[in-house]
Amino acid sequence: MEQLTIVSAINKGLRRAMAADSKVLLMGEDIGKLGGVFRVTEGLQKEFSDERVIDSPLAESGIVGTAIGLALNGFRPVVEIQFDGFVYPAFDQIVSQMARMRYRSRGALSLPITMRIPFGGGIGSVEHHSESPEAYFSATPGLRVISAADSHDAYWMIQQAIFSDDPVIFLEPKRRYWQKGDVDTDADLSSAMPMFSAKVLTDGSDCTLISYGPTVVTALQAAKFAQEDGVGIEVIDMRSLSPIDMHTIATSVRKTGRVIVVHEAPGSGGLGAEIGQRIMETCFTDLKAPVLRVTGYDTPYPASRIEEHYLPDADRILDALEKVMSY
Amino acid sequence: MDGFDSVVQLLDSTGSPVIDSHYSSALDNSSLLALYRDMVLVRKLDEQATALQRQGELGLWAPLIGQEAAQIGSGRALAQRDYAFATYREHGVAWCRGIDPVDMLRFWRGTMHQAWDANLHRLYGYQVIIGAHALHATGYAMGAYLSGRSGTGNSETDQAVVAYFGDGAMSEGDVNESFVFAATYQAPIVFFCQNNQWAISEPTKRQSRIPLVQRAEGFGLRGIRVDGNDVIACHAVTAEALDRARSGGGPTLIEAVTYRMGAHTTSDDPTKYRDGSDDELWRSRDPIDRLRIYLRANEVLNDTFQSDLDAEATSLAERMRIGCRELPDPDPLSMFENVYCAPDARLDEQRSELKSILAKMGD
Repeated sequence: MEQLTIVSAINKGLRRAMAADSKVLLMGEDIGKLGGVFRVTEGLQKEFSDERVIDSPLAESGIVGTAIGLALNGFRPVVEIQFDGFVYPAFDQIVSQMARMRYRSRGALSLPITMRIPFGGGIGSVEHHSESPEAYFSATPGLRVISAADSHDAYWMIQQAIFSDDPVIFLEPKRRYWQKGDVDTDADLSSAMPMFSAKVLTDGSDCTLISYGPTVVTALQAAKFAQEDGVGIEVIDMRSLSPIDMHTIATSVRKTGRVIVVHEAPGSGGLGAEIGQRIMETCFTDLKAPVLRVTGYDTPYPASRIEEHYLPDADRILDALEKVMSY
Repeated sequence: MDGFDSVVQLLDSTGSPVIDSHYSSALDNSSLLALYRDMVLVRKLDEQATALQRQGELGLWAPLIGQEAAQIGSGRALAQRDYAFATYREHGVAWCRGIDPVDMLRFWRGTMHQAWDANLHRLYGYQVIIGAHALHATGYAMGAYLSGRSGTGNSETDQAVVAYFGDGAMSEGDVNESFVFAATYQAPIVFFCQNNQWAISEPTKRQSRIPLVQRAEGFGLRGIRVDGNDVIACHAVTAEALDRARSGGGPTLIEAVTYRMGAHTTSDDPTKYRDGSDDELWRSRDPIDRLRIYLRANEVLNDTFQSDLDAEATSLAERMRIGCRELPDPDPLSMFENVYCAPDARLDEQRSELKSILAKMGD
């Protein structure tokens, strides 16, 4: 068992995947000599050469588009998009090309590409560095979208993403990058929890709190406060946004009858809307209160000096909890 | 290192004038002194902002040190009626467009995304997405022509547009597409590429096997390579390219060869990827030193001017320190403003929600 930050866990996961399969290669801006602006790929170019850890020209569409070509030619590219806000220039290559290659080739062509994207706010950064673009991708058939909220999952899920034959958007909660957690790096990849399974983090019978990525920690904080007030919360880390593990969610909802979904991305058209709808379809008669959302507001990400008011916090979750408990 | 082949240079790194077969300086001594003053002050501005970031007053800062000549030389070639689109490093251009340095800091302190009135200053806000604004600039230039504000033959009123970006941006699709549009429509635009040798950790050769300026020919643009540390040459080539654009002569790509003497941003650590061996060379090409030597040798710059300027720089820095700390945090409720042109019911609900949260916090 090792104590690793999320940065270091992803780094070690990448290293292990690269050692296991010579077709795994990394590409992105500043990922080689610099080791990435967050140092996620630190040391990997030195270890695996600049042909397997490739500093790309400054062109995001180029990075994703050429990754598609590399994948067609037998590689398993892992591309880094430096910041969430820089992914949009590559949107066509992701949505119109990468996502539907398998479908349009009737299964003949697959694209085992992993796109690593640090996402979310809370680090006091400038414009375009705090985006939560997951809904665009989870709404795109053909893409898998996952997010690790802790070091353990970061280590295993990056490897699962790399060895998936579908393209995977791997969202990294950047404001939790330096959060430490235990990782059993000696275990076997096949023994890891399946990539698309949600994880129940706390046991409770009053309300289910569903989140993913950076707000899992926020949900756990809220659950702790609620527990002190005698309200039992079941916190679920979704881990996978496409597909959604409805079995785990529905099992919990049948027990608690109350649900709050928490994410940083704007509420309208976000993952919370999809989850709420799916719960209504599967657990309607189990519900004791409407499914509520605690999310970022429907605005562009604000200037960093007021971002704390934009980001969901434990207080806002507890307000929502009060509503569902007293419904 | 990409060499200095066929660059336009009018003042060499030792401060000696250079005869160019095509370009000459139209600047008189007082104009040269003004450029010198600008460069000294923006370097001070840059140093002070970097220090403010180190003290925790700014979230981030992108230093311009080393690029003063490229930004001031080109920025001062612009007429008030021209329009500039710049990136997050163009503090020198912002200075030339009359932006108060404290207003520049608002972006970096995180109090607002765009701190100045773009139309008043005719400078679009700092662009963070690499190269995205090159297309905006091109469209703006197309509009200037289509609306009869450029290419009319009236040298007093015809306008041009400048798009600033760096060597890294030359790889972005948006920049290459803007070259296509500009050439196709002969838009009145000057693309001013500061090749500072580094896109964060990647040297220019990662973006291009050939000097960047050579791309111009393939797109049907006029291309000029200039010593980006020679403020006189930067001014001369930009002034000429602007004149050409305004009069309907078409677009130009200027590659200003310079050097990012500092980090990419205050979050960056250049020792991770460059060994400093080029720093010495580029220090000897410092844009401010060479002009000072020239002005001193020709007795244009005297001790009084220099000491007055030093005092002005000191007071500018002090004003920035005070102004920065006094910058008010925005009202949290302001985040709901200007998402749309008209009120939005959903946003109104969310604003009310946050308002009641804030009221509770205040209790």
